[in-house]
Amino acid sequence: MNTKVTIAGVEFKNPVMTASGTFGSGMEYGDFVDLNRLGAVVTKGVASVPWPGNPVPRVAETYGGMLNAIGLQNPGVDVFVERDLPFLQQFDTKVIVNVCGKSVEDYLAVVERLGDTAVDMLEINVSCPNVKEGAIAFGQKADSLYDITSQIKAKAKQPIIMKLSPNVTDIAEMARAAEAAGADAISLINTLTGMKIDIHKRSFVLANKTGGLSGPAIKPVAVRMVYQASHAVNIPVIGMGGIACAEDAIEFLLAGANAVAVGAMNFVNPRATVEVVEGIEAYMQQYKVGDIKELIGAVGE
Amino acid sequence: MKQKVRAKVLSQKKLTDGIYDMWLSTELAGRAGAGQFIGIYTGHEAHLLPRPVSICEADKDGEALRVVYRIAGRGTEIFSGWKPGDEVQILGILGNGYSIEAGCGKQTVLMGGGIGIPPMLQLAKELCMAGTKPVVVLGYRNNQLFLKEEFEPYAGVYVATEDGSAGTKGNVLTVMEKEQLKADVIMACGPMPMLRAIKNYAGEKHIEAYISLEERMACGVGACLGCVCKTVHKDGHSHVNNARICTDGPVFDAREVEI
Repeated sequence: MNTKVTIAGVEFKNPVMTASGTFGSGMEYGDFVDLNRLGAVVTKGVASVPWPGNPVPRVAETYGGMLNAIGLQNPGVDVFVERDLPFLQQFDTKVIVNVCGKSVEDYLAVVERLGDTAVDMLEINVSCPNVKEGAIAFGQKADSLYDITSQIKAKAKQPIIMKLSPNVTDIAEMARAAEAAGADAISLINTLTGMKIDIHKRSFVLANKTGGLSGPAIKPVAVRMVYQASHAVNIPVIGMGGIACAEDAIEFLLAGANAVAVGAMNFVNPRATVEVVEGIEAYMQQYKVGDIKELIGAVGE
Repeated sequence: MKQKVRAKVLSQKKLTDGIYDMWLSTELAGRAGAGQFIGIYTGHEAHLLPRPVSICEADKDGEALRVVYRIAGRGTEIFSGWKPGDEVQILGILGNGYSIEAGCGKQTVLMGGGIGIPPMLQLAKELCMAGTKPVVVLGYRNNQLFLKEEFEPYAGVYVATEDGSAGTKGNVLTVMEKEQLKADVIMACGPMPMLRAIKNYAGEKHIEAYISLEERMACGVGACLGCVCKTVHKDGHSHVNNARICTDGPVFDAREVEI
């Protein structure tokens, strides 16, 4: 049984990754998960300098999911390289760094700083809905996405994954813009912009008023967008959005994802990633699937 | 080591309006200390996140944990419906609690306000076992007192109520003044305005104070950065002036946090 997948020349032992922002840099889940079992650890967003993030409350539970407006708090790329990367290198898993910035220069500074490190791939966050500058501003218009993608691609030493926002009218157009600009892969979906109001206090639950919705509640939207995006481009697609178990992950593979990521459900079930790996293997045995590639995009039309 | 494990409800009773007392049988109990907390899952697919609940008591055999919680929303409402024998899931043991060493051999005053009272019970017991009998000041809204008698074997107990219907009318600091209580160390848990007042009081009087903070949480293990508080100095982990309440706290030296 082969569970290996290759994306932009990087081979993953299985298609299961962590979604950025839900797994720290791996350390916090070390008590629960053998990181060697994962296809890749995708880190929390890393900027050129430390970012303080948004005021609290930053999180709120919603029906079947949650809102977050962390605001990309992170200790900056230097701390990542000195502390988090050596930790991750102890494990037999690929390391994908999520890169965030307020300006193109910010992104380029991180990409260049990581160029000579052991990082396997870069995921470019142009879809965080919770920061005022940068991030989603680059990811909601096809021409801006094309522009930033081509500038990063010109400087990046590792393959780049553009992480797309679902808060757009036409996801296929965004996927095509990323591909045309040279992206090696795309990942989607980031969170859907949402809002929650406390009716007793008549105030917003999140200090940021809006936040990104994630969790099982968004899964059907994510599956649909992964299907549309994967049919619009020839580059690999990493699918995510509400994956809780292997059955969910397999839906994404069938829709056209080459790999999948587990996000908010890590908070609910800290072992969710490993359980997805095991569940995919069980499904392959049950249906006598010899190679996981047979599942990718295999939904009958 | 943190774990997500099954636990069995041993008992459940209502203490007063909206406040419930539940014992859970769990192997995590042996590792629990005063001021730490567990995440309790609702078991309901629409309400996914573990709810952070402070530990009120850990039995001496390390086999059961007691939580005293207030119904604050749908999740805790679900907890209140659990019956003895029900199997539930918990995440723990989480956070850093109070330092018993910091309170030993000193005039230590514990202050609990409202649903901040329960963790003070385990703390009073641990201090007592370490040879220091603390003073406990409990702040309630009204004369619907809960847990008060249970503190009496371990501490000198004072009560304040907002409406004056029991003990001293006012708050925990009103009691300090009225009873002329002295403290070398204060350890407190309660609502933010109370903790803010204690931070100021301790600062003016040059008293060491340790306060337990609360914030909306998601992961409970330090990954999501949802539950941060402002810190005076740059935090060693975050490299900004933010510490994670779930893992760096919930108990902080009052001088180190800006609240």
